[in-house]
Amino acid sequence: MTAIREAFGKSLLELGKRNKDIVVLDADLASSTKVTYFAEEFPDRFFQCGIAEQNMIGVAAGLASCGKVPFVTSFAVFVTKRPADQISISVAYSGLNVKIIGAYTGLFNGGNGATHMAVEDMAIMRAIPGIVVIDPADATELSQTVEVVAEYYGPVYVRETRDEWPDVFDSSYRFKIGRATVVREGKDITIISCGVMTSQALIAADKLEKEGISSRVVSMSTVKPIDKQAIIKSAMETQAIVTCENHNIYGGLGSAVAEVLVEEAPVPMLRIGIKDVLSECATNNELLEKYEMSTAHIMKAVKKVLAKKEQHGV
Amino acid sequence: MKKLDENEIMRLEDIAREVRCSILTMVREAGVGHIGGSLSVTDILVALYFKILKIDPKEPEWPDRDRLVMSKGHGATALYSILAERGFFPKKELKTFGTLNSNFQVHPDKNKVPGIEASTGALGQGLSIGLGMALAARLDRKDYYTFVILGDGEIQEGQIWEAAMFASHYGLDNLTAILDYNNVQLMGNVSEIMEIAPVAEKWSAFGWEVLEADGHDFNQIVKNLGKAKEIKGKPTIIIANTTKGKGVSFMQNNCKWHGNVPTQDQYNEAICEIRK
Repeated sequence: MTAIREAFGKSLLELGKRNKDIVVLDADLASSTKVTYFAEEFPDRFFQCGIAEQNMIGVAAGLASCGKVPFVTSFAVFVTKRPADQISISVAYSGLNVKIIGAYTGLFNGGNGATHMAVEDMAIMRAIPGIVVIDPADATELSQTVEVVAEYYGPVYVRETRDEWPDVFDSSYRFKIGRATVVREGKDITIISCGVMTSQALIAADKLEKEGISSRVVSMSTVKPIDKQAIIKSAMETQAIVTCENHNIYGGLGSAVAEVLVEEAPVPMLRIGIKDVLSECATNNELLEKYEMSTAHIMKAVKKVLAKKEQHGV
Repeated sequence: MKKLDENEIMRLEDIAREVRCSILTMVREAGVGHIGGSLSVTDILVALYFKILKIDPKEPEWPDRDRLVMSKGHGATALYSILAERGFFPKKELKTFGTLNSNFQVHPDKNKVPGIEASTGALGQGLSIGLGMALAARLDRKDYYTFVILGDGEIQEGQIWEAAMFASHYGLDNLTAILDYNNVQLMGNVSEIMEIAPVAEKWSAFGWEVLEADGHDFNQIVKNLGKAKEIKGKPTIIIANTTKGKGVSFMQNNCKWHGNVPTQDQYNEAICEIRK
């Protein structure tokens, strides 16, 4: 278990030590997103923008056009929805090398409730031409993502959360943009997951094993560009898919996987995710339970899809 | 900066005439574009590109060049014409303006045309981009300067005021904004659509040095651009009082000519008036 935001703050600091072109922008949430580590070490390369996200994105675009590599950080809800037009035109259309980091994603925003809840951030970012969208599974992958996106030239949106979540990867793992990873082998069904929900998918798969159901778990951290081949391969081999994401079921990972399936390899499928609501204040576990995204709900979805698979006579 | 002599003013006026004719020709031929705001900003751009900006048309990406962000992206026809006059690309390329596969989009694309520093057209975004450029100059200890041209209707956008706050907070004295204050926007007079006055007081209250100039008087524009560079510790805005549609009497101060395309007769009449 590692606190995701700690991992982010520390990896950004390490990156800053090695790469002098890295600059960090914040809209008055640095102590929450943990970019304070970077700010304290490199005050000249840290720009406090105040609570003004549209300007923050534009400033980042200008810095990027002069060779800097800006990491723009805030809560996902504020750094994607408010400045969507600035991200689209000043950054993406302009092809500029800006990294947008959205913290406190989906249901898990430290109990701040609906106004601070980014349930549509991936959908918005995914629909903007030219942006890479990544929702890392754990602290290890997030740390590597920070490194990898700094090397990649172009606009990237990275999601992260606040709290501790179970580890999915060990130190031998190497993240690559656009490459899915089979984190658990299985033959009856595939759970395709992104973000911290991957750890929940793994727990569900372990429990299902005890009931005689063999579930493959594919970590699809890059939601755009999506690893089509990995989806097609799992669809062919297991003939049943459940997707798992900490995001609205509209427009995120579930939609992206469904797009590939219907065009390339239609098989029975169900989506676990936020069902088009902005939710409320509570603990992460309470929210997972109430909004039907717990491991029990993942297991239920798996069984439902398997029943469909039977019906289809596969 | 010393006063421009008569010959120099005549030279700049000749260039401005060429630019105005190009603007009209591009919009007439493509059947799309924005004449009024391009004609109002022409003299400001001529002064910048021919008297102020440290640029090299042969090396548009020269790292130490001054930056000019045309935040009012619909003034693209003026900007393209001036870049052509300044030698960034052959003037004949302007013929493709606004047509399929052209590099010359109705709103400028920085990745398609040499000399364009920012892709603008979604109003309100260019000042923030300019601030990023000015910050980068400071970080790299470079002395290039950033200019941002704002439309008057454009400053109705909230992002402009976020940017205004940021610029003075960071004391960005290596950036100057120029407001093309022609008092006409798409649907009518700015003061009727959404009053922006008192403009000088607003920018001053946001911590900017405010200068004023007749935006069609080369001496005044150049003098104030020079003065702006000398102001330390804060950003400067030059409120350039201009006339929308400047140079063509039937287009002047008429919101219809924000985005209208002239008929052949209107085009001929406009060219005659500019050339006379």
